[in-house]
Amino acid sequence: VLRSRRGVITLIALAALVAVPALSLAAGQPFYIDLFTRVMVFAIAALSLDLILGYGGMVSFGHAAYLGIGAYAVGILSFHGIGNGFVHFGVAIPASALTALVIGFISLRTSGVYFIMITLAFAQMLYFLAESLNLYGGDDGLNIARASSFGGAIDLGDPVERYYFVFAWLLAFLYLGHRLVQSRFGLLLQGVKSNERRMAAIGFRTFRYKLAAFVIAGTFCGIAGVLYANAVLFVSPSIMHWTRSGEIMMMVILGGMATLVGPVLGAALYLILESVLPRATEHWQAILGPILVLVVLFSRSGLMGLLADGVRRRSVVRA
Amino acid sequence: VLNGTQFGVMLFLMAAGLTLVFGIMNLINLAHGALYMVGAYVAAATFGATGSFLLALAAAIAAALLLGVAIEVIVFRRLYARDHLDQVLATFGLILFFDEMVRVIWGATALYMSVPKFLGGRVELLPGVPYPTYRLVIIAMGLLVALLLYLVIGRTRVGMLIRAGASNRVMVAALGVNVVLLYTLVFALGAALAALAGAMAGPIFAVEAGMGENVLILAFVVIVIGGIGSIRGAFVAALLVGIVDAVGRAFLRPLLALLMSHAAADAAGPALASMLIYILMAAVLFVRPQGLFPPRGR
Repeated sequence: VLRSRRGVITLIALAALVAVPALSLAAGQPFYIDLFTRVMVFAIAALSLDLILGYGGMVSFGHAAYLGIGAYAVGILSFHGIGNGFVHFGVAIPASALTALVIGFISLRTSGVYFIMITLAFAQMLYFLAESLNLYGGDDGLNIARASSFGGAIDLGDPVERYYFVFAWLLAFLYLGHRLVQSRFGLLLQGVKSNERRMAAIGFRTFRYKLAAFVIAGTFCGIAGVLYANAVLFVSPSIMHWTRSGEIMMMVILGGMATLVGPVLGAALYLILESVLPRATEHWQAILGPILVLVVLFSRSGLMGLLADGVRRRSVVRA
Repeated sequence: VLNGTQFGVMLFLMAAGLTLVFGIMNLINLAHGALYMVGAYVAAATFGATGSFLLALAAAIAAALLLGVAIEVIVFRRLYARDHLDQVLATFGLILFFDEMVRVIWGATALYMSVPKFLGGRVELLPGVPYPTYRLVIIAMGLLVALLLYLVIGRTRVGMLIRAGASNRVMVAALGVNVVLLYTLVFALGAALAALAGAMAGPIFAVEAGMGENVLILAFVVIVIGGIGSIRGAFVAALLVGIVDAVGRAFLRPLLALLMSHAAADAAGPALASMLIYILMAAVLFVRPQGLFPPRGR
């Protein structure tokens, strides 16, 4: 791993994440534990999006929907008094996978701009559906009484244990993502991205591979949703709003598409900016917006590209 | 249904600008909603200061024209050659910026704009069915714009150049046309249409930061249903979406009440009504992945 710069960055990033709870407790700022828990949750979401966006070339603009499904699974089950974490995951995973299957099956018939817009439309449908669930808070959202319980093995109510629980998931997804990208399936997916017609001509049924990737990404993101619900103990429809999908996409781009650690860095950068800038000025979005524009205009491969390849090769534009 | 038509016409004003920019310049402009918002704000402010609705409209359009040219020159010019993803992101950044700037300038509370007096009355369309004049004016305005656009794009030299630029930018440039200027012009036109829609919407909806996004998504739905780059498609789809939306809101609940209990219908009705246009879009795309009126010869 240490042979490449990317490997080094990965290790540094992970080491930093391991050290966060100890450091923030030592500094007397436990707030940072929660901040970085959220960073990791969104890192998982961004990572899952990157699998289809960066590696598969599928620009899904509705990825927040799965985040919402995962979170609502926890919220609704807890509302009915089911606090068992295994049940939460057991419901959220098939639910998000099934949703991704349906959305993917219809959306993947289209491509390009139409694909962007149809995934957006599905996410908006789910958003309005969540808004109409009056029993579960509707517009105002739903408080979750307590975090998912795992029979005393892990206590997700404790910030540090929760932090490392999410961290473990992140590690697992990084590893899974790594294996996936290197596998025959992953290579096929990247082939489809660079030239779908050619892959089809060689004899692969590209639709199936794309759909499978879409479902995998949706499922990963659904798990991120479960973790999100546990981190903030609150779900509302706003988690599925299309601007949220935009934010997740932004994290991927900020960090660097088609890298696994990039989305993690991107999520960290985005959420840190989001929490630091408001202290400087009330109108922090007026600063964040132009930053995003500048990143898109001048740094094609995001933070990861800057760090890993240095300034030297930054001007190389991929077609 | 008339409310739906009026809403649809307003969507058309938005969507026409969007589809021009989108279809001709191949640029996804999420910030189009921001222009709509700026139009509404400028109109509301001018209207509040002078009391003249026509002046407010003119100011809104002028402001959007300037702003449109400015962001085209500063940001978008660099984006034409990029892929859609970059465009989505850059314009997403612009949305954040403009929403916040509007809050800086006009404050976080929503502005309200009253309907101008000379349009404030009601007209009896059919005996016993009064309808607000202002909404009728919006419908008329939208139809007028549609006609004008049709004539400009289809019948004039500039329109011809725009269409030519859409199908092959390099070729048109090689023939000695200043494509860069042409694009700026088209973009400004789109911006002006958005501002017009925003200014007209002012008296009907609250003028607030973020108002553009809701309409923007609907406008995208419209152009995707209509077929990207097709003004005609945008027109038909906008009316379709507007009417489906209004009818859904008005009739879905009583209709569902026939099928299930009242409480369930009360809950499901509004939800389904909100989802209806997205369902419509998904259905259209499922059957015709290129939209209803796909651009020819691509």
